[in-house]
Amino acid sequence: MHKTPLLDQLESGPFPSFVKDLKRLAPTKPAVNDLLGQLERSYKEKITHWKHGGIVGVLGYGSGIIGRYSDLPDEFPGLEHFHTMRINHPSAWFYTTQALRELFDIWDEHGSGLLNMHGATGDIIFLGTRTEELEPAFQKLTAKGWDIGGSGSAMRSPSCCCGPARCEWSCYDTLEACYQLTQEFQFDLHRPSYPYKYKLKFSGCPNDCVAAVARADMSMIGVWKDDIRIDQSAVEAYMGGELKPKGGGANVDKLDVQADVVDLCPTQCMWLEGKTLKINNRECNHCMHCINMMPQALRPGTDVGCTVLLGSHAPILEGAQMSWVIVPFMRMEEPFDELKELTSNITEWWAEHGKNRERVGELIMRLGMRAFLEAVGLPPVPQTVKTPRANPFFFWHKSDFEAEDAGRKYHTTK
Amino acid sequence: MSERITDIGPPHYSKFLPPVIKENYGKWKYHTIPEPGVLIHVSETGDELISVRVASPRLITTLFARDLCDIADKYCDGYLRFTSRHNVEFLVSDKSKLEGLKAELVQRGLPKGGTGHSVTNIVHTQGWVHCHTPAIDASGIVKAVMDDLFEYFGSHELPAQVRISLACCLNMCGAVHCSDIAICGVHRTPPTIRHEVLRHLCEIPTTIASCPTGAIRPHPDKTLKSVIVNEERCMYCGNCYTMCPALPCFDSEKGGVALLVGGKVSNAKSPPMFSRLAVPYIPNDPPRWPDTVVTIRRILIKYAENALKWERVGEWVERIGWERFFEVCEIPFTFQHIDDYKFQAYDTYRTSMHFKF
Ligand code: HEM
Ligand code: HEM
Ligand code: HEM
Ligand code: HEM
Ligand code: SF4
Ligand code: SF4
Ligand code: SF4
Ligand code: SF4
Repeated sequence: MHKTPLLDQLESGPFPSFVKDLKRLAPTKPAVNDLLGQLERSYKEKITHWKHGGIVGVLGYGSGIIGRYSDLPDEFPGLEHFHTMRINHPSAWFYTTQALRELFDIWDEHGSGLLNMHGATGDIIFLGTRTEELEPAFQKLTAKGWDIGGSGSAMRSPSCCCGPARCEWSCYDTLEACYQLTQEFQFDLHRPSYPYKYKLKFSGCPNDCVAAVARADMSMIGVWKDDIRIDQSAVEAYMGGELKPKGGGANVDKLDVQADVVDLCPTQCMWLEGKTLKINNRECNHCMHCINMMPQALRPGTDVGCTVLLGSHAPILEGAQMSWVIVPFMRMEEPFDELKELTSNITEWWAEHGKNRERVGELIMRLGMRAFLEAVGLPPVPQTVKTPRANPFFFWHKSDFEAEDAGRKYHTTK
Repeated sequence: MSERITDIGPPHYSKFLPPVIKENYGKWKYHTIPEPGVLIHVSETGDELISVRVASPRLITTLFARDLCDIADKYCDGYLRFTSRHNVEFLVSDKSKLEGLKAELVQRGLPKGGTGHSVTNIVHTQGWVHCHTPAIDASGIVKAVMDDLFEYFGSHELPAQVRISLACCLNMCGAVHCSDIAICGVHRTPPTIRHEVLRHLCEIPTTIASCPTGAIRPHPDKTLKSVIVNEERCMYCGNCYTMCPALPCFDSEKGGVALLVGGKVSNAKSPPMFSRLAVPYIPNDPPRWPDTVVTIRRILIKYAENALKWERVGEWVERIGWERFFEVCEIPFTFQHIDDYKFQAYDTYRTSMHFKF
């Protein structure tokens, strides 16, 4: 066993310790022992000891495996190869112990026994195996009904919040939508053929528990169009202090409905008439504040669907973006044809025009929103902008004049 | 060779849902959080599901994961799930098993929490455990910070929830740019060019194209078949190294931690916000990064003391102003804080008289 005096200092303290855990496995897994040894070196030298990957994979797939090699293979032979396998997770990360044990059996046999539950995109990450183990591990996984996820310039494994499985606020079936879109794009997930990565994330309501707005090229966030459902007797119970704000999730005993809810409504569209809560629903902007505060009294409406937002990516290369609204409301019912079609239209346009390693959001910035909207057949609508432009430098296309000649005031795609 | 199975995708989730969820799918009416780490969801049918949320280090072994399975078998009929923030949730359908589960979690040292107005688990990436470009480790810093903030994991004492994330380099594979407190690994040295290796390993046009700031040029001496880097333009992102292994940009002394604050992804009250730079650099100090830990605690405490009820970190800072934030948190303001990267910089310059002294 390697000596790890620095890492040993991470064994103490109340939060679960990965060092303690890894040390339990090290005696039976030489690779894990070597990983601790190399990590100790990194802690001493303050530098990583992994080499840039190389291309490895399983037959017929171009993604899902990340090649990884130690730069100290002589000292740590167990890390000579230490590749990652991304296993596509089930919607909302629900498991049975039986299914998990089958996965762990495969991983104990063919890999280091080390894993992430889960990677930042959502996949189960199996960390550390040799090239020759990849194909046997893959075949055992598929035999048990599992498949590997995306990496590289491909569709990435989509993910979703727990939605209708365990949340009263979900405005559509995030789990089924996630599953069906994952199935629809299997080819693109396993055979990188896009300019860069493309991520889909599904949140059931504007609380956005999977951070779709920030972490997915295409973000589907649930929304309702009709009235917030109100249980007035529960509103009174909040006023009386019988019910606690945020279901008890805040250290506040009694809600002041006027100050904590009504006055903080960003659109000022709610008011109290005595003990009755009134909402002018047409002016509500779906911020969820009042609902978060009084989960037993308020619920989203029943005329539901999702907003589609597009374009977020991390700061590299052109500076970070959050997704912006492109479709304010889309009905989300099986088999989700409208969403599948829009996704295909967008990825096709992007594959045709995008440069290598250009995310779809960057391409739109380069070619312009109008070019994008026209190409995928979306109309201009005010919900997609925070404000209209402040400059008068706008363009007129031939299609605009043709529309005028045809007696229509403006050209639009719909 | 036997028939290979491919492109089947993940298993359908319905195989993994406990009966109480199957029967009440889409029928949940409300939830309560009777104590930190315990959620009770109540259905229109009157059925209840109890979820007990506990911390996990994310980087785990199959031994740890099998322990989780044993617990779930004993108390949850074999059903459990993981959250988007790396926590584990035990799904209890039989109320009478809750106390037993809680006792076993205590005995096994698995803390419950991460609900409501807490500091929940830190979303993070690979670090020195498994990546070739990190400026910092991930798991070690997460452990050190969560040990220090442990009291806030299992309580609801803060003005609102606080989400902390960590990414070990500018690629930001974790989700940190929209977090209340973001820990980001930063390199501070341009790549060293290994000319003799570069000509064999790398394609020059793709190497040049990989640089977001256009800092890489062909070497004037054409016979070298290599490149030069304009060091003044380099922002140490490591993109070139990813494309071309002959351009390592790491330095064991100059890498370290940057802290960004005030982001959020939820739409509650205010729109989603980006995290903004608070501390440009804290030197690496393994194994426990004491400076980073202390600085995060200071920011958290000042927030907890000064924010109004329900205010997220970003909402608090917007209300008091960034100039006040730097003063209150005793953080010096530097050239690094002023944005000069591409087009987004202008949006951060103040064009009003609405500031404080
Ligand atoms: C030049 C750009 C990038 C490079 C070279 C890069 C490289 C890598 C590498 C090597 C890994 C695997 C780490 C490991 O397991 O050993 C990784 C993981 C990952 N990357 Fe990137 N990445 C880049 C940009 C990005 C960007 C822009 C994002 C998202 C905005 C991203 C998201 C991810 C995610 C989610 C993971 C999984 C991380 C985890 O769960 O620990 N990457 N990246
Ligand atoms: C130190 C600073 C930051 C860190 C460490 C960071 C980290 C990250 C990470 C880890 C992700 C992606 C995770 C995933 O795909 O799973 C991400 C995505 C993103 N970040 Fe940041 N971020 C930082 C600053 C910013 C800033 C300043 C902005 C905007 C001004 C920003 C905007 C975004 C956007 C739009 C995404 C989209 C995600 C994607 O490409 O998939 N970030 N960031
Ligand atoms: C086609 C473009 C533009 C037109 C036709 C235009 C026209 C005008 C006119 C007619 C005035 C009033 C002059 C006066 O009565 O003294 C004015 C004032 C002004 N314009 Fe423009 N302008 C244009 C673009 C811009 C742009 C792009 C900017 C700045 C970015 C700008 C900045 C100003 C300012 C600062 C004033 C003085 C405003 C004031 O007195 O309060 N203009 N412009
Ligand atoms: C019934 C279950 C859940 C309820 C009722 C719930 C409720 C909420 C609420 C009220 C917010 C924040 C709104 C605010 O900013 O005030 C929120 C945000 C969030 N929740 Fe949940 N949540 C649930 C489940 C989950 C789960 C299972 C996850 C992760 C797996 C999760 C992850 C998040 C994240 C990442 C945010 C965004 C935080 C941010 O703004 O940075 N939530 N959720
Ligand atoms: S995003 Fe909304 S619907 Fe989905 S789990 Fe979070 S609060 Fe519930
Ligand atoms: S959801 Fe937000 S905008 Fe709508 S009524 Fe409630 S607090 Fe007001
Ligand atoms: S954030 Fe950077 S260092 Fe960390 S895993 Fe991603 S690419 Fe590697
Ligand atoms: S580290 Fe980044 S900015 Fe510096 S030369 Fe390489 S690609 Fe360009």
